[in-house]
Amino acid sequence: MTPSLHLWLIPILPLIGAAINGFFGRRLSRQTVSAVALTFCGAAFLMGLYVAARFPSLELPHAEYLGHWIRSGNFMVNFEFYLDQLTLVMLLVVTGVGFLIHIYSVGYMWEEGGFYRFFSYLNLFMFFMLTLVLAGNYLQMFIGWEGVGLASYLLIGFWFTKDSAASAGKKAFIVNRIGDFGFLIALFLLIKHFGSLNFSQLFSSIAQQPAETAGVGLLTSIGLLLMVGAAGKSAQIPLYVWLPDAMEGPTPVSALIHAATMVTAGVYMVARSHVIFGHAPNALTVVAIIGTLTALFAATIGIAQTDIKKVLAYSTVSQLGYMFMACGVAAYSAGIFHLMTHAFFKGLLFLAAGSVIHAVGGEQDMRKMGGLRQYIPWTFMTMTAATFAIAGFPPFAGFFSKDEILARAYEANPAYWFIGVTTAFITSFYMFRLWFMTFFGDYRGREAAEHGHAPAHGHGHGGHGDPHESPMIMLVPLMILAVLSVIGGWVGIGGRFEHFLSPVFGEGATAVATEALSRSTEITLMVISVVAAVLGFYLAYVLYLKRPELPQKIADSLGGLYQAVVNKYYVDEIYGDLFVKPLVDGSTRILWHGVDQGVIDAAINDTADGARHVSDSARQMQSGNVRSYAGWVAVGAAVIIAYMIWMGVR
Amino acid sequence: MQNHILSIILFTPLLGAIVLLFVPKESKNAIRWIANIFALGGFLISIPLVPMFWAQRFDISHAFKFIEGAPNTWIPTIGAGYYLGIDGISFLLIMLTTMLGWISILSSWTAIENRVKEYYIWFLVLQTGMLGVFMALDFFLFFVFWEAMLVPMYLLIGIWGGPRKLYAAIKFFLYTLAGSVLMLLGILFLYFNHHSVTGMYTFAIPELYKTAPQIFFNPQYGSTYATLLFFCFFVAFAIKVPMFPFHTWLPDAHVEAPTAGSVILAGVLLKMGTYGFIRFSLPFFPAVVMSAKVRGWMIFLSIVAIIYGALVSLMQKDMKKLVAYSSVSHLGFCTLGIFALNPVGLSGSVLQQINHGISTGALFLIVGVLYERRHTREISEYGGISNVMPIYATITMIMFLSSMGLPLLNGFVGEFTILQGTFMENWKWAAWAVPGVILAAAYLLWLYQRVFFGSVTNPKNEKLHDLTPREIATFVPLIIMALWIGIYPKPFFEILEQPSIQIARTVREGARTSNVLASTPANAPANVPAKPDSAKGMD
Repeated sequence: MTPSLHLWLIPILPLIGAAINGFFGRRLSRQTVSAVALTFCGAAFLMGLYVAARFPSLELPHAEYLGHWIRSGNFMVNFEFYLDQLTLVMLLVVTGVGFLIHIYSVGYMWEEGGFYRFFSYLNLFMFFMLTLVLAGNYLQMFIGWEGVGLASYLLIGFWFTKDSAASAGKKAFIVNRIGDFGFLIALFLLIKHFGSLNFSQLFSSIAQQPAETAGVGLLTSIGLLLMVGAAGKSAQIPLYVWLPDAMEGPTPVSALIHAATMVTAGVYMVARSHVIFGHAPNALTVVAIIGTLTALFAATIGIAQTDIKKVLAYSTVSQLGYMFMACGVAAYSAGIFHLMTHAFFKGLLFLAAGSVIHAVGGEQDMRKMGGLRQYIPWTFMTMTAATFAIAGFPPFAGFFSKDEILARAYEANPAYWFIGVTTAFITSFYMFRLWFMTFFGDYRGREAAEHGHAPAHGHGHGGHGDPHESPMIMLVPLMILAVLSVIGGWVGIGGRFEHFLSPVFGEGATAVATEALSRSTEITLMVISVVAAVLGFYLAYVLYLKRPELPQKIADSLGGLYQAVVNKYYVDEIYGDLFVKPLVDGSTRILWHGVDQGVIDAAINDTADGARHVSDSARQMQSGNVRSYAGWVAVGAAVIIAYMIWMGVR
Repeated sequence: MQNHILSIILFTPLLGAIVLLFVPKESKNAIRWIANIFALGGFLISIPLVPMFWAQRFDISHAFKFIEGAPNTWIPTIGAGYYLGIDGISFLLIMLTTMLGWISILSSWTAIENRVKEYYIWFLVLQTGMLGVFMALDFFLFFVFWEAMLVPMYLLIGIWGGPRKLYAAIKFFLYTLAGSVLMLLGILFLYFNHHSVTGMYTFAIPELYKTAPQIFFNPQYGSTYATLLFFCFFVAFAIKVPMFPFHTWLPDAHVEAPTAGSVILAGVLLKMGTYGFIRFSLPFFPAVVMSAKVRGWMIFLSIVAIIYGALVSLMQKDMKKLVAYSSVSHLGFCTLGIFALNPVGLSGSVLQQINHGISTGALFLIVGVLYERRHTREISEYGGISNVMPIYATITMIMFLSSMGLPLLNGFVGEFTILQGTFMENWKWAAWAVPGVILAAAYLLWLYQRVFFGSVTNPKNEKLHDLTPREIATFVPLIIMALWIGIYPKPFFEILEQPSIQIARTVREGARTSNVLASTPANAPANVPAKPDSAKGMD
């Protein structure tokens, strides 16, 4: 019997913070509000460290049980927590990166109205995310799953007076719910056929089933439906459309929720369900294909974006694609490894982008930046680390995790690898494009400011004057994340990370697989991906530093194709025409005006009119004339008597 | 067990109405105080029922508890009795009624300015009528309460309603009346049938439970009669719920009704229909209900209601109409759970009925708050309300989330249980219903965006004051309940466990066999035993 670690405290702590700020924050000073938020989030992080410290002495997986939640008939769901190596990685990433972003937010949001509201939502997000990560069954995971969606909705729409922000929040929530459709049906299937949603029970009974190699059986359906849910939350094709819009939220939110943690929930869920997917190879193939295609597709859109946050958003979609690619080839630990390094460098990229935006007074268009490295050297340096990390330069963090994924993909199917390497090249290109456009060349923001270009949202700093470096409270988290972006991948050297996770995913799959590739193939693959990254860098260098007039020429020569990329392949428009418009028009014209008013109500009114006509004639009987009444009585009596006689005769 | 708690709960509101009769109509505040005291009193008096009921929630020796009166004692010549009793289902609905009744009356304080005395009198009478429906174990008594409810509601809409109040009130009245007439026909058939089988006249529902299921197997009537009878009751209940396509009275009635009227209408009155299905249609006609055709239609209509209600709701320009159509969608879940015909679906359905009372009741209060300030419910009149009424915006967000089924709030638990129960029967039914959950998020969040987000564009909205303490007081119990059911629904499921298992079993066994009667002697004595536990005959 392992002692209780009181895992429930980990999510509850930030919830307390959210409640305090939510109820009383209005009357508290900014200092108090941020102290409360940081204390409770930090406490959750400390709990995470405590759990990590106790980890070697635990009997794993470690489960803690709190009580019933739903019990109807013989079906039961508990509040329960589940801790294994996978949980620990997620726990530390979420609380650690989360805490850093909380610190950063104090500086970033200081001048904003609704300061307390922001931190209340941010803590609320931590509560739901930790519930998701620590859940011991699928339904509790679903609490967190829906809850992070809510927090995301509230935070994207934080500047709710801005219409685009409010719409983006709504879109995110609804698209996520479409994914939840799959998740929910998968849960019902699990309940119906296995009678439980508890991870331990479920996985041990599924493990005894034979794998479904052909067709779409039960486990394959469950796997595919789970993937629908994951595609919603983790912004994969075809449900990725909400994530770029989600950039309407404050930048720390983009960093925390829409890059480092929440959007990786889908990857976590697929990895957590690896037993199911292990028995449903066809479903796994679908995961791999969706991941691979998303990685490439989103990367190409990233090339042509000019909004710094939009570039990063598409990059996030693309990187999540890599993680699904990894899961799809059963390299779960590689996927989780990339999830972790991505949390470091993408969190950092967003925070640094926030620092850039902060520096230039709210401007997000990279065409109005340039040359910023001399104004904001710290931001520049940290962002450089992150850019090299995401581009996959050794020895930065992204190199190790991406290389791992690509090697495993090559083994499964060289086509995945080829697309993966192509994407790596594109990634390197658009990231260095961003880097050169933002930090090199000359500052192009002044003329924009003179033209009275208002900042997108009301930073008190205004858009005037030279760009200025952010305060220490924002820079320190950047530096910490920069260090992690550099060294964070080293834990994977020699397969150590994989080995750590092997009790969860099974040593067999990983060990055998690494053996399968000969040393020389492995090195060749590594060299190719480094070359791809260098090529991307070089191309960006040529196009955006050496010959800045070239991109426009290329764009002109590409014409329609370029327009399609700039307009994100018109996917939003297509969805609008294909789903939203028919739904709106159909509901209004056919259902409401047609069926409701045209058919049902018309029928009712006709009946009523008919009744009135009948009653009108019947009313004539009520003449008020006593003699005519007597006459009717007589008629009535005669009818009744006649009826009785007839009945009697019969 | 012969205590009188049910009667006390039942008649407290009526007593209040009688007291109000003697108060001069000019002293409006006195009237308000008295009405509120009786409404709160009615709620407080019902609270002791909770521990009392809790103690016997698993007691399977009596299907109905707190039996009061006996069959055939009121008008012995026709076999009508003052005969009350409750099970877990009616218990929860009664608690919901006393709570919402109090909240509605509290919310009317400033909303009603003319004919104050009559308003409160009718409201209290309505309250007694609703409680009676949930308590009656005698069909005669049931029908009296059923009709007694109709008149006050008609007057509430017709006198204190909006501009098209007469149209709405008459539509409401006629629709419901049409259903009542058919139901009366059905009741009489069951009554005479019972006499012809057992040789005794009685309206006692537990007695009729024994003979009604036999109609299907009786060669004299057969399945056609049983099906026709089922439809007599079905129309009455389907109109009340309202199920598609009997729902068109609802948007009109809601739009025109005063806020408190809408709260009660949505919160309690609609539950009469679902309650009727559970209490009467299922145990009376198990063979009909279980037949693939009838059941298929019930499920089909429920799914249509879920999707259709949600889609039409999405397009509304009037807030109240939007909430009204969302009710159609939510009640579709309730009927879906009922016709899943298993304990999980049934208990989910009842829980969702309670949830709907809480969430939609709150939504109507929310609309009422704005209406009282601006006298319009057009969504386009608003925008940016979060800026001027932050507390109100927060409460609204919580209740919207509860209504759209966010986990840890009440709606999720109900919907999940219903869908799970339905999925057990046929996965396609559940799969068709799930889009209702997606659409619920769409229409509510879109409404929220249009009303609360953005900046204040309409100058008339700039000076709106936030919620008063009285208004907050009306929301607090609802929020507490929403959280309670969301986080710790266990007690509710325990209360519903016995009745839902029992009803599901009655239906499934009654559909297969004709031996229900075998347990009761064919030549039953002319006098029904006045034992309270005659209700045991249900199984």
